[in-house]
Amino acid sequence: MSMKSWKNLASAAAVALTASFGAAQAAEPIKIGAFLSATGPASFLGDPEKKVLEKYVAEYNKAGGIMGRKIDLILYDDAGAADKASSFVKRLIENDKVDVIVGGSTTGTTMAAVPLVEAAGMPFISLAGAVVIIEPVKKWVFKTPHTDRMAAEKIFSDMKKKGITKYAMISENAGFGKSGHDETLKVQGNYGMTLVADETYAPKDPDVTAQLTKIKNTPGVQAVINWGFGQSPAVVTKNYKQLGISAPLYQSHGVASKDYIKLAGDAAEGVRLPAAGLVVASQLPDSDMQKAVVVKFQKEYQADFKAEASTFAGHAFDGLQMALAAMQRAGGTDKAKVRDEIEKTSGYIGTGGTVHMSATDHMGLNLSAFHMVEIKKGDFALSN
Amino acid sequence: MLSAFLQFLISGVTVGAIYALCGLGFSIIYNASHVINFAQGEFIMIGAMSAVSLVDAGVPMPLAIVLAILITMAVGVLLEKLAVEPAKRASVTTLIIITIGASIFLRGLAQEVWDKNFHKLEPFTGEVPINLLGAVLMPQTLWVLGVAVIVILLLAWFFNRTLEGKAMLATSFNPLAAQLMGINTKRVLMISFALSAALGAIGGIVITPITFTAYDNGIMLGLKGFSAAVLGGLGNGMGAVVGGLVVGIAESMAAGYLSSAYKDAVAFVIILAVLIFLPNGLFGRKGTERV
Amino acid sequence: MKGVSRWAGLGALAVFLAVLPQALPNNYYVDIAVLAGFNAIICVGLNLLIGYAGQISLGHAGFFGLGAYCSAVLVTHHGWPPVLALLAGAILVGLIAFAIARPILKLKGHYLAMATLGIGIIISIVINTEAGITGGPDGIAAGPFTLGGFTLQGERDWYWVVAGLLLLTIWLATNLVDSPVGRALRALHGSEVGAEVVGVDTTRYKVMVFVVSAVIASVAGSLFAHYVPQLTPTKADFFKSIELVTMVVFGGMASTFGALVGAAFLTTLPQFLTVFEDYEPIILGGIMMGTMIFMPRGLVPTIAAFIQRRRS
Repeated sequence: MSMKSWKNLASAAAVALTASFGAAQAAEPIKIGAFLSATGPASFLGDPEKKVLEKYVAEYNKAGGIMGRKIDLILYDDAGAADKASSFVKRLIENDKVDVIVGGSTTGTTMAAVPLVEAAGMPFISLAGAVVIIEPVKKWVFKTPHTDRMAAEKIFSDMKKKGITKYAMISENAGFGKSGHDETLKVQGNYGMTLVADETYAPKDPDVTAQLTKIKNTPGVQAVINWGFGQSPAVVTKNYKQLGISAPLYQSHGVASKDYIKLAGDAAEGVRLPAAGLVVASQLPDSDMQKAVVVKFQKEYQADFKAEASTFAGHAFDGLQMALAAMQRAGGTDKAKVRDEIEKTSGYIGTGGTVHMSATDHMGLNLSAFHMVEIKKGDFALSN
Repeated sequence: MLSAFLQFLISGVTVGAIYALCGLGFSIIYNASHVINFAQGEFIMIGAMSAVSLVDAGVPMPLAIVLAILITMAVGVLLEKLAVEPAKRASVTTLIIITIGASIFLRGLAQEVWDKNFHKLEPFTGEVPINLLGAVLMPQTLWVLGVAVIVILLLAWFFNRTLEGKAMLATSFNPLAAQLMGINTKRVLMISFALSAALGAIGGIVITPITFTAYDNGIMLGLKGFSAAVLGGLGNGMGAVVGGLVVGIAESMAAGYLSSAYKDAVAFVIILAVLIFLPNGLFGRKGTERV
Repeated sequence: MKGVSRWAGLGALAVFLAVLPQALPNNYYVDIAVLAGFNAIICVGLNLLIGYAGQISLGHAGFFGLGAYCSAVLVTHHGWPPVLALLAGAILVGLIAFAIARPILKLKGHYLAMATLGIGIIISIVINTEAGITGGPDGIAAGPFTLGGFTLQGERDWYWVVAGLLLLTIWLATNLVDSPVGRALRALHGSEVGAEVVGVDTTRYKVMVFVVSAVIASVAGSLFAHYVPQLTPTKADFFKSIELVTMVVFGGMASTFGALVGAAFLTTLPQFLTVFEDYEPIILGGIMMGTMIFMPRGLVPTIAAFIQRRRS
């Protein structure tokens, strides 16, 4: 089903529901709460997420809202700090009395919210990556992005195809890099991979040639994986090129944004990474069910913000869509019903892939949601 | 192995030169007022972001650099006129909090005037690495080092040969006596903010081809610059440069030979060790401090 | 006279803290009050050092974080009772503070600031890096605070504990300030040489105050670890240290109630500023600058002086 027909179905359902619900309920807006790291070290994630939530909520409202009710978006910036996030989540639950929460740009801020939403019985769709968010399954917690473990698996299966068995890793000593690093180590055995050099760097380090020199001088390195987001992967990529390291460089889905290519310039040529269909929207084969969705989203985002949408923008879009769809299916904002409906999300085609959630899987994405992408001539090129 | 050592050293010098340039600005304002300006990092960021946006708008690079320096100097003077001068009679600690407020304010402003994305500036003279006994050196590193040296020489000339500079030095030794001698200490303070803003901007612009820039890049650079300035001895330009190089080389050697996760910690341990034996930094003046 | 006003002040604060929850409509507001309380406890301790001993510390969040992580790690990984973990943290932090105090407090002004900054950063790097123990950048959940069969649950329970601890800390601080030691402390801020001439062992006092303020931060940290759902290394970092110093100076150095007001004000202010969204940092920075320019001695001393002038 294309995005459009999906939306049509949704609005048809909305009309039917409002008709049966009566006028008293219609006046009251639906309250969507969000806490995002719109500033601070993770603003790379939170800023596009914020833009997307604001844009699409405004559009829904322009079209009359859903189920005949307007949508109120209550959004706070936690600046990437877990304690701020937990205060804001309390505020959303206790004070703003929202119906659902979409947010949590980082794993740290998400985990700060988890016990609170669990205790309050608040449906919560996280936009952060790490596996711990949904493993073990938590009743009220869902997430839209692929896990870092999936990214590692995708990279390893690509390496395996190339006959690589020994790799080095350089990761950022912060949430995203650290979690990616740990998940990579956990799954390397499944692919027969051996880590031969393991280096880290601090966020905003201006130069990492010392670490890369060590990797360069380690015998047997056949490929290098870099875990990080923001400006640091670009620094790594440039230094990598400067040192003339010949082993292929793999980046994570954390760099799946045009900004990375712009920053790293020529040095990014040949870098491979796992990424959602969104960044290669127009290159997807027409047979790909996702194509229509991601092309449309990419076009709308670019029209409004004069920049290409990163996958992080897409995570917020998916979270909002799934939350609203669940409410429509639940016929209102009853939290338990909405939670059940989010869990029943099946066949939703979003920017991250096709989502099939279940009682045991609160993310609902599999490896097919990832594409292997190579940077060629300053752009992402599909390279499965 | 020698080539690896050399590469660590070059990496350390690159980073160290960046810290050194960031540290110099702290020294100037400290000389004039004994204030540590926590918004110094924001001067670095504003210089870099202004240059980037001017270049993106099609202004030729040399003109963009000059304009960016002037913009940052204007911000520095405004900060001094509007926030520091009215509070001149406050304690040094209060002045420091004012500069912390200023840094939050300027970061917020930058995020509105520009955006939250990362930006880059093309290297001044290409990106072809220079080979040195198996290690590589980027041309931009030479620019950073060269600019640091030129800035030191200019500062030495300014403080020793010009009336303005001498007035500044005199003020730093004894503000009251300087005032009695007819030195306009207000003017000295204003010039010191303009000068350190210019230094911050120059530093920010020269390092951006290596580090990139964003609205919040000033925090880390300011912190490392402050460390460099203190390690070298506050108020001593040469000290800031040596301090910056020591911190940079310590970090990269630690990353190369010990542990990259603890490289920053190693640098701070060295700073602590130096301060315990040389309580006024490597080249600091002896004497009492006001706090 | 001084003693009477001190008890009156403490009593008034106790009454205020007792009625405050009645005015708070829901648990979100109580949560903010609790967070303000935690900051106030640390700031009252830090003020002893900054305001009275004239020694700046830009690394106090390190001690706060160390206490917090001691509790979180000992309770989650080793099954210690929270109270014992809290005490262990306090003792550890006390010993560390004592060991580093002598060499560090020889330093003056900005050099001391740099040294404390360095120590704070080293602590936060260790917490961030040793992920196997501390959970790394994504943090660790310390679980609820239990004592015997009793479990602290919900914001309102925590409110009373934090309010009690705050009163205790203030009582301790005001006692220290008005004791012979405290008078020596105030002498230090004025003139160290002078204090030494009259036979005050300045180093000993400085070390003592440093240790006391570090231990207060550690105890607050231990409790904080149990209060928040997820403890992350950002609580031990440089920004938190700067925030704490800002609170002390903002409220008024050398004023125990100033530290309290500064902490309460700067904890709640950002919650009000959320309506400005992207303009929040501009307004926060502006308020900080404006207040310090027009009230250079801080909120409480300036307002107190103003009221006194109106009276006379």
